[in-house]
Amino acid sequence: MSSKALNLRHQVIRIYKELLYLGREYPLGYDYFRSRLHKAFASQANLKDEDQIKKGIERAEFVKKEIEALYYLKRYRILRQRYEKT
Amino acid sequence: MSGLRILVPVKRVIDYAVKPRINRANTAVETAGVKHSMNPFDELSIEEAVRLRERKLPVEEIVAFSAGPPKAQDILRTAMAMGADRGIHVTIEEGKELEPLGVAKLLKQVVQEEKSNLVILGKQSIDDDANQTGQMLAGLLNWPQATQASKVTFEGDDVTVMREVDGGVETLKAKLPLIITTDLRLNEPRYASLPNIMKAKKKPLAKKTLADFEADVSPRLKTLKVTEPPPRKGGVKVEDVDGMIGKLKELGAL
Repeated sequence: MSSKALNLRHQVIRIYKELLYLGREYPLGYDYFRSRLHKAFASQANLKDEDQIKKGIERAEFVKKEIEALYYLKRYRILRQRYEKT
Repeated sequence: MSGLRILVPVKRVIDYAVKPRINRANTAVETAGVKHSMNPFDELSIEEAVRLRERKLPVEEIVAFSAGPPKAQDILRTAMAMGADRGIHVTIEEGKELEPLGVAKLLKQVVQEEKSNLVILGKQSIDDDANQTGQMLAGLLNWPQATQASKVTFEGDDVTVMREVDGGVETLKAKLPLIITTDLRLNEPRYASLPNIMKAKKKPLAKKTLADFEADVSPRLKTLKVTEPPPRKGGVKVEDVDGMIGKLKELGAL
């Protein structure tokens, strides 16, 4: 395996771990999140083309941002309901 | 303008998503085995401090402070993962909680030791909902205060704070040193990501005990009883308009 491919491999593992960490707070439960995350990554495991892999990593980063936004909004809405809707 | 030395006090509270339960003796809320996290209003204050730095203001240092059980350290790590430079943890025995005045007294000494000139606090914690610590600290230090901030801007030595009040906003202007407490719409706190949590483990965290402070933090209040709110009563269906009018009259609404 070339060093470039190895580097991409690390990037994929890193984003996978970050997403797993995020999943601990997922509203539907960690198990739900983890199995789906695993499936999503496993389905792309056959990718060989570097550009394709990079695109996959970008998509994972996008999903990460979406989940963070989801957590923020969920909390904001609950707090607003508790403290501002009297 | 002079450099900003920001102090951000944070509190470890029961997570907002957890429904609190009252213990059998009806003396307190059950905390054992319950998920805890940083008070959401304190996340807003850390975020605001970090954003001041990102706006290229001369922020010298952001210090996170927490007085709580040993596990409050995790909260300080989260604060440092979000961007605080270092943490100060005052260990309080599990089950013994400080009152707002006690915390304010500790904070006063920390402010003097650290030479802070800006303290950003959450307006209240979601467990006690006291909404007092910032105000009391301002009183003890004799500093100006801007509570429930929804926007903070700096111009030279002037700080302009928009604060949320009933039915609108109020704009205040003050000079440093200053106390700010945060309201819900001040900013959108970032998520403390895994790599940043890892990096935060290398940031310095000072451990202190109450013996390091010359403050009387003994409780002044006694909790007599804690009870659940009364359960919501179900509504009733009425057959027709007359039935509804009858019901409304019965309730004294007409």
